[in-house]
Amino acid sequence: MPAAISVRDVTKVYIEGPNRVPVLHGVDFDVEQGEVVLLMGPSGSGKTTLLSIMGCILRATSGSVQIAGREVASLSERELPGIRLKNIGFIFQGFNLFPTLSVGENVELALDLKGVRGAKAKEESRRLLEQVGLGNKYDALPSDLSGGQKQRVAIARALSGSPGVILADEPTAALDSHSGRNVMEMMRELAQKHGRGVVVVTHDSRVLEFGDRIVHMEDGRIAEATAEIAA
Amino acid sequence: MPPLAQRNLTHDKVRLAVTLTGIVFAVVLIVVEMGLFVGFTVTTSSIIDKSNVDFWIVSKHTPYIEQGSPFSERKLYQVLATPGVASADKYIVRFTQWKTPAGAQESVQAVGFNPYTGIGGPWNVVEGNVADLKTPDAVMVDELYKKKLGVTKVGEVFEIDGRRAKVVGFTRGIRAFTTTPYAFTSFKNAQGYTNLKEDQTFFILVRAVPGTDLKALQRALELRVRDVDVLPTAKFSSMTRIYWMFTTGAGVAVLIAAALGLVVGVVVVAQTIYATTMDHIREYGTLKAMGAPNSYIYRVIITQAGIAAVVGYVLAMCVSFFVVRASQSGGAVILLPWQMAVGIFFLTLLMCVSAAVVSINKVTSLDPAMVFRG
Repeated sequence: MPAAISVRDVTKVYIEGPNRVPVLHGVDFDVEQGEVVLLMGPSGSGKTTLLSIMGCILRATSGSVQIAGREVASLSERELPGIRLKNIGFIFQGFNLFPTLSVGENVELALDLKGVRGAKAKEESRRLLEQVGLGNKYDALPSDLSGGQKQRVAIARALSGSPGVILADEPTAALDSHSGRNVMEMMRELAQKHGRGVVVVTHDSRVLEFGDRIVHMEDGRIAEATAEIAA
Repeated sequence: MPPLAQRNLTHDKVRLAVTLTGIVFAVVLIVVEMGLFVGFTVTTSSIIDKSNVDFWIVSKHTPYIEQGSPFSERKLYQVLATPGVASADKYIVRFTQWKTPAGAQESVQAVGFNPYTGIGGPWNVVEGNVADLKTPDAVMVDELYKKKLGVTKVGEVFEIDGRRAKVVGFTRGIRAFTTTPYAFTSFKNAQGYTNLKEDQTFFILVRAVPGTDLKALQRALELRVRDVDVLPTAKFSSMTRIYWMFTTGAGVAVLIAAALGLVVGVVVVAQTIYATTMDHIREYGTLKAMGAPNSYIYRVIITQAGIAAVVGYVLAMCVSFFVVRASQSGGAVILLPWQMAVGIFFLTLLMCVSAAVVSINKVTSLDPAMVFRG
C-alpha cells in the first residue's frame, strides 16, 4: 500500500527580486495511511511551506512529492487544482468558512466542486455534519457557531469527497482546550477509522497526545529529534 | 452551486445599495441620453414619417425638409399624369413669423397641405377637427406651444406674416426639432403665410396605386418630371434625420453624453464589484486552495455582476418610466421604444460583466497559499 504522502529530497527556493531565499533543504518525509503526523517547529522553519507543497498549493523547486503513489511535483500549475480537489482536504487555522452561506451550504459548496450536486449533495452534506456532531446546525450561519463548532464544520467540509489526505494548519490555535481536544479526537478518528493520512501543523503542545508521530522542523530541514509516540 | 454569488451580493446591504444605485444611475443616464437622441431623431422627420405617402418630390438637391425650395406647380400635373400615381398633393413647410396680440413675434413653420385629402396633415388632434382647416385663415398648433404662441383656446385670432390666422384646434405631441412650432393650415393659406407665388409649391406628396412597383414608378417620375428629386419617403426621412443629428452635430453631442453615461456606469459598477470581490478575497483564496478552478470563481463573480445588472436594470426601468412620462409634456421628448429597452438590457449586462473583469484579473493572480498566512 503506498504512503498517503511521500516527500523526497524536496527543496523550495523563493525568488525575491534579485535574491534567492531557500526555505526547504532536501526534505524527506512520509505520511502513512491511517497515521496522524504532527509537524512542529518554530516560526520560519518551513512547516507551512512543506504543508503547502504536500497540499499541491505550492510547487517544489526540486525533489519528488507523491500523493497516494502518484508523482505530483512534475505536474503543471493547471493540473494541481484537480489533484487537490480529488485527494486532499484542508483545515485552516481561521476556519475559512464562507460567512454568507449556511453550515450545510458550506459543505455543499465543497461537494459541488467535486461534482456532487442537488439532492445528493444535501444528503451527503447532512451525513458529514452528523459525523462531526453538527447535524442540527445545517441551516445555521457560521457566525452563529462557536469556534469549536466552526472547526468541526471545516472538518466536515474537508471530508467531502472522501480525500485520502487531510492537511490541517494550526487547527486548534483559535480554540479553547476542550474544543481543541474535540477537534483532535476527530482528526485521530479520521486517520484510524477511515485510513486517511493526517498532517497537522501545530505549535500547540496540548495536542501532542493525538499524534502518532511528531516531526520537528528547523531551518527548512527535518530535525533529528523526531519522535514516534508510543500508543 | 450553492448561492455564493447571491449571498455575497446581498450580504452587505449598504454595498448592495451603492452597487444598485450606480447601475440605476448609469442606466437612467443612458436611457435619457439615448431616449433624447431617439426623440430628436423621430422629431426631425415626424412630418415626413406621418405623411403616409410613397414619394416626396422636392426641388433638386434639397438636403432636408426645412431646406425645400419652391418650384412650379405645373409639375403636379406631370406627376398626376404618370401611370401608377394614385394621388399627388402640393405641400409647404416653411419658416414664417407668428405675431401674438401683444405684438411679440415668434418663428413658426407653416405646414400647408390639402385639407380635402388630409395627406400631410396634423395627427393626434385633441381639439377641433382636421376638416376645420378647410375654412379660410384656419390654423392648428400643438398644445405644447400654447404658451410660446400666446394661445389659450380655440377661436383666438393671431397674425402669421401679417395675415389673419384663427386657431381652430390643437394637436398633442407634434414637436419640432428646431423648437419652432408647426402651424398646420391649408395649402392655400400657407402660400399666403409664406409669401409663396400662386403657381408654386415646395413639395409634391405622391401616393402610388396599390401594388405598383415603386422603383419603376420612381424611375418613371424622374424621367417625366425634370429638375426635381423624387425621394422615397423613407429616404427623405433619413436624409433629414442625418442632417439634423449628424451634420449639425446635435445628435453626436447627445450620443457622446450617452457614451459618457456608459463609461460612468462601468466605472461605478467596476468599483463596487471590485470592492465586493476584495471583501471576499480570502474566500476566493479558500476556494482556490480547495481546488476550485479559476473558471468556477469567475462564474461566481460574473453571476454576482449579472444579478446586479438584472436588478439594477429593472429598478432603472421603473425610474426611466417616470422620466419618459414626464418628458411627454416638455419641449424635448425622451422616447424609449422596446427595441431600445431590450438593447439597454444587454448593454447593462455587458457593462456589469465588463466591470467584473477587473475583479476577475485580481482573482486570477491570487495565490491560494494566502490561506495559510494568518
